[in-house]
Amino acid sequence: MEAVVKIENLHFCYPGDEAESLCGIDLEIEKGSFVAVLGHNGSGKSTLAKHLNAILVPTEGKVTVFGIDTADEDQLIQVRRNVGMVFQNPDNQIVANVVEDDVAFAPENLGVEPSEIRRRVDGALKQVGMYELKMHAPHLLSGGQKQRVAIAGVIAMEPGVIVLDEPTAMLDPQGRREVVATVTRLCREKGMTVVFITHHMDECVGADRLIVMSGGRVVADGKPAEVFADVELMELEGLSVPETTRLVHDLRQAGADIKGEALDTEACAKLIAEALKH
Amino acid sequence: MSVIKTEKLTHIYSMGTPFEKVAIEGIDIDIPQGQLLAVIGHTGSGKSTFIQHLNALLQPSSGAVYCQGEDINKDKFSRRDVKWKVGLVFQYPEYQLFEETVYKDIAFGPSNMKLSAEEIDQRVREAAAFVGVDEELFEHSPLELSGGQKRRIAIAGVIAMRPQVLILDEPTAGLDPRGCQQILENICDYREKTGATVIIVSHSMDDVAKIAERIVVFHKGKVAMDGSPEEIFCRAEELMDIGLDIPRAAELAIALRREGLGLPEGIYTHEQLLAAILAVKEGSAC
Amino acid sequence: MLKDITLGQYFPGETVVHKLDPRTKLILVVVYIISLFQATNWISYAFITLLTALCLKLSHIRARNIFKGLKPMLFIILLTAVLNIFYTTGTPIIPGWPITWEGIARAIQMMLRICLLITGTFLLTYTTSPISLTDGLEKLMNPLKKLRLPVHEMTIMLSMALRFIPTLVEETDKIMSAQKARGADFETGSLVDRAKAMLPILVPLFVSAFRRADELAVAMESRCYHGGEGRTRMKKLKFAARDIFALILGAAVLALMMFMKKLGI
Repeated sequence: MEAVVKIENLHFCYPGDEAESLCGIDLEIEKGSFVAVLGHNGSGKSTLAKHLNAILVPTEGKVTVFGIDTADEDQLIQVRRNVGMVFQNPDNQIVANVVEDDVAFAPENLGVEPSEIRRRVDGALKQVGMYELKMHAPHLLSGGQKQRVAIAGVIAMEPGVIVLDEPTAMLDPQGRREVVATVTRLCREKGMTVVFITHHMDECVGADRLIVMSGGRVVADGKPAEVFADVELMELEGLSVPETTRLVHDLRQAGADIKGEALDTEACAKLIAEALKH
Repeated sequence: MSVIKTEKLTHIYSMGTPFEKVAIEGIDIDIPQGQLLAVIGHTGSGKSTFIQHLNALLQPSSGAVYCQGEDINKDKFSRRDVKWKVGLVFQYPEYQLFEETVYKDIAFGPSNMKLSAEEIDQRVREAAAFVGVDEELFEHSPLELSGGQKRRIAIAGVIAMRPQVLILDEPTAGLDPRGCQQILENICDYREKTGATVIIVSHSMDDVAKIAERIVVFHKGKVAMDGSPEEIFCRAEELMDIGLDIPRAAELAIALRREGLGLPEGIYTHEQLLAAILAVKEGSAC
Repeated sequence: MLKDITLGQYFPGETVVHKLDPRTKLILVVVYIISLFQATNWISYAFITLLTALCLKLSHIRARNIFKGLKPMLFIILLTAVLNIFYTTGTPIIPGWPITWEGIARAIQMMLRICLLITGTFLLTYTTSPISLTDGLEKLMNPLKKLRLPVHEMTIMLSMALRFIPTLVEETDKIMSAQKARGADFETGSLVDRAKAMLPILVPLFVSAFRRADELAVAMESRCYHGGEGRTRMKKLKFAARDIFALILGAAVLALMMFMKKLGI
């Protein structure tokens, strides 16, 4: 598969800081994949995210998106157009007083023709399920709805990658489900590459790939079921694991012979029931 | 003994205008001294309105709130004094920090109580200890600290008033699992040492399942369920109908029962589930 | 409560007033204000009040919303009235009293003038989305770009300010409740005490406003914002026949008001 983002030996140190926030990261992100990045506060996951659209540029090493070096200032707009960013606080990324005007902001900045902007705005709002509310004032929407507007604002640029930096941290469970369902659909149906940063492990369950970060390094990288299976590592990192994984792990420790891994509740129940029957 | 009691508590926003909106209606709740109560409901269920009544930040449209048998809305003085008895920590409390130093910020509540300097000092140190804020930080600006530290300082600012009832609105919102764990431990610790009543408003069923003695579920401005965690989580389907989650362990227990495992009712924590499955395993082995 | 402040709020709609070009509306508001200041006696006041009411009717704005918007201004309105009652010379209503018939008449006219002034600007903000309002402003001020004035930057700042008013108002409400819960007292004490009591609200509000500004700037840059150069707009401003008609009408009203003033009506 084609890699849309390539990170080579990325080091980053905030000006004035002594310690590096990122200490040597090598990653490739495949086109059309759903990558979840998990880590506790200060693990470097947000700093990494900010490198993907050149909000930050490496102190050392190289980040390329769609073949463009993010450190190339002449290509800044191209980098940002290709990698859309959604942030944590829904209020602080909405620029207009009407939903559709907000979604139009990015294409307007790119100098897109008015009729084409209209088409993109309507399309983006339909994709996130907010078309009916396009004339609403954003401050009257729920947290989940605001984040969906923010996502629409990003996909109106027609980027290849969308990076979400803890988009659910300030939302209630309902809003969280809305956001996860929306980006999952964008990935599965529209082939959008998604990088989803979070500290809620249950939001990583449906991802193609799970990257765990700690102390500015990648400490685990693989399929969610495999990564979570290393319960000791996850707990060491101050992260929790899904109840399914934890139960299977503890049952095994108590001597149960359970074969395979399952994150899904139903599938996990089947595995356990199977093992107990023998 | 009851420490807080509401009677037919109703709150209507913008009463008498066309924007009239009933936030809560006919709430009867009796909270005994020392209880750890969790209030659950999704956004707009009335739970935030409810807790703001318990220390007279809002006045009832009808009905009454009693604290230790006294009507808290009796007059201006009772409305003010109840703030010392019932401490309320809002959602994202770190955004209220304003003093130049951590010490002064924690001291804001007690100094509003017009206590002596000595008494204030003692309370600030005690409150900081409860939430694990080191005294070395006292002279720092609260704005320099990390999100988790700020949150704990804000909670200390309320604890320093030594309230008999501590109410926290979503105390773990936005924190990572480690931060959540710490805050919940701090709160349980405070309760154990002081015997205070604690009311936690939360979205997280897993947090609630771990610590609560009693759960009140709000739905559309009314109390939909009220009981012990066992009682509440047995009604998993009702909870899901309202649009609320159930603890993952309870969910898994239901799935396992469906697979034909003879698990007892009332399982809602990981430890209970693990023990129950192991018991089944033992049983089948014999 | 603070939430009731409707400053800068926009009520979407499909009326003819909504559909007018924002530039037309901006010009008309200026014309309206000048006309208002031509009013000197009851006939001209009655005329312009009637005109304002007609515009409100046309725009389907409920009187309730106007009253809600006027409420925070009540203090200024009343203060003006009181000052006028006491400081206008003329025939006292009771001999020896400082209150005169002229004073009362003037007070009422002044109150009316302020209310109409506010209503006129509300009519603009209620019927025009902030985006098209700032767009219109930018277009109108375009000639100033030749003088190297940062017109685009000024208008985008204005639109951001309008966008964040409701957010900050809501936040102020929240911080106030939180400080009240810690025993802060905003209602009693001397003026100095009360000013001091505002500190626990203002500091967090400022801190939060700066944080928001910071995050907003990053979010805007992430969405490829790089100043006004090469920007297009989804909704292009277009003058229609109704705009020309409205402008002619505005000019006529202004002429009439000036004429009435000259005649002393």
